[in-house]
Amino acid sequence: MKRQLPLILVFVFGTLMVIQYFVPHENSEIVKGFLLDWIVIIGIFALALGLWSLVQVSVAKINSRKENWEYPLVTLISLTVMIFFGFTSHAENASWWGYFLAITVFLVALWMFLQGFMGQAANRNMKLLGGLGLLIVFSLLAIFDNSWEFKFYTAEGLTNQMFVHFFDYIMIPLQATMFALLAFFITSASYRAFRARNLLATLLLISALIVMLRFTPGPWGEYLAKTSAWVMNVPNLAAQRAIVIGIGLGIVATALKVILGIERGYMGKG
Amino acid sequence: MLSTIAMVLSLIVGLSLIYLLIRTIQGHPVERRIVFIYIGLAVVLPLLMNKTLPLPITKDVQKLYDQLEKLQPGSKVLCAFDYDPPSAPELQPMAVAFLKYAFKKDLKIIIMGLWPQGPQQAQQAIEEAMLDPIIAGKNLVQGEDWVNLGFQSGNEFVIQSMGTEFKRMFPKDNRHIAYGEIPLLQDVVNFSNVDFVINFSAGKPGTTEWVQFGVDRFGFEMVAGNTAVQAPMMYPYLRTGQLKGLLGGMSGAAEFEKILDEKGKASTFLLAQTFAHATVIIFIIIGNLAFFSSRKKKMAGTP
Repeated sequence: MKRQLPLILVFVFGTLMVIQYFVPHENSEIVKGFLLDWIVIIGIFALALGLWSLVQVSVAKINSRKENWEYPLVTLISLTVMIFFGFTSHAENASWWGYFLAITVFLVALWMFLQGFMGQAANRNMKLLGGLGLLIVFSLLAIFDNSWEFKFYTAEGLTNQMFVHFFDYIMIPLQATMFALLAFFITSASYRAFRARNLLATLLLISALIVMLRFTPGPWGEYLAKTSAWVMNVPNLAAQRAIVIGIGLGIVATALKVILGIERGYMGKG
Repeated sequence: MLSTIAMVLSLIVGLSLIYLLIRTIQGHPVERRIVFIYIGLAVVLPLLMNKTLPLPITKDVQKLYDQLEKLQPGSKVLCAFDYDPPSAPELQPMAVAFLKYAFKKDLKIIIMGLWPQGPQQAQQAIEEAMLDPIIAGKNLVQGEDWVNLGFQSGNEFVIQSMGTEFKRMFPKDNRHIAYGEIPLLQDVVNFSNVDFVINFSAGKPGTTEWVQFGVDRFGFEMVAGNTAVQAPMMYPYLRTGQLKGLLGGMSGAAEFEKILDEKGKASTFLLAQTFAHATVIIFIIIGNLAFFSSRKKKMAGTP
């Protein structure tokens, strides 16, 4: 039964969704809506699982002092701080010291809890007690410090100055920098590896040159722009269509195999 | 002055590439660090030139513009922001240009995102659009002229659910105001109540999912702005009419700014991108010349 139940569920719901697509009736829409809600809920659980997995891996790396263990520490601190900012709001013109003190206390408390649960057995109780003590201090700060407050049920945290600034001035530049570095590596890689060794490589090289040079000013540019449009609209389109149709057929085949219980990889076994 | 210096420097850099070419043919390959310096200069110098390229408007951008022109003031446009900061240099100028056009034309904008950072990119685009004196003078109100519904997880399933009811996926907007209390959304139940859809996408979930799960099933009209990497994959949907228009990469963004007469970042960035492309091409040619000359030498050396 342990193996049969998932197979039955997949068959029933898979078939139901296929039939539902072709039935434009109100009840059919209700069933669809209900099942799609489940997908969203399961997706959110996956996010929670992902977070927990990240915490586990990071704490293990930090505790064993593996190479570059500092990076997981930065990851954990950033994660906690951004969540904290997202769920709190800071009063206008109020001092920031209490807010930063609360974050620090919260971070240390969290770290002691994590060490208590996941760290080495020695002093485990002491760490848990320390974490609990700091959590009480944090709660007192949250109650008596009026410069900031929790906003669990409203979206005010998302407009929190610190949250917005961390996004605008840390996250955006960092991600943009990482992406910008690609320009250097792509140029270097093209220089070293992009060779007209055979007919196909030569065709690829010529197509790339035409598409990249299509904005050259003058009559040459006009000719290149037209050729570039042809490359995109004829050979590229033909290849993309073939890929799309191939993927579509592959999806149908795989879905049928899953619904009929031939493909059982999702159960953990092939 | 700065522009002239940048142009002279670019000329010197261009000429020095000929020297590199000769050195390579002589058997002295270029070091990786030199390649990095050249590409760095190729990106930075054009940004100082304050010049734009004479840009022809492609058919796909023209089609997109024609679709937008058909919309009447007061039309409701669903705007999906499915990208994050790394793709912002290509997609953000498109979004800003579109929002400026839409606000000037009194279109009503409903913003959402299938990517967590999408709605925040939208917020930045709105703030930039609001700096325009004409738009600022209109005193637009959030909730009446535009609304940001935020992010919802679930990828293509969000699109499917929105086909039944938007409220199911977005019960509140990004200010936490209930869907039913937002004036702009009073008569918006699902896709049949919006006049047009525009999607700015950098990957999955993005334009492909919007076409497959939205356009095909619910039959709304849609155009898209994509990164240059993703745009070639959209051509099949363009030719079949599932997509009514497409902005591809920085060039698409620059063309869009030109056709809307809203000069923005893309027009400047495109020159830098073209210079960078030219540099890449020259290095590819240098690399190939070195490869063929070394192969020739090897073949001549073999008995």
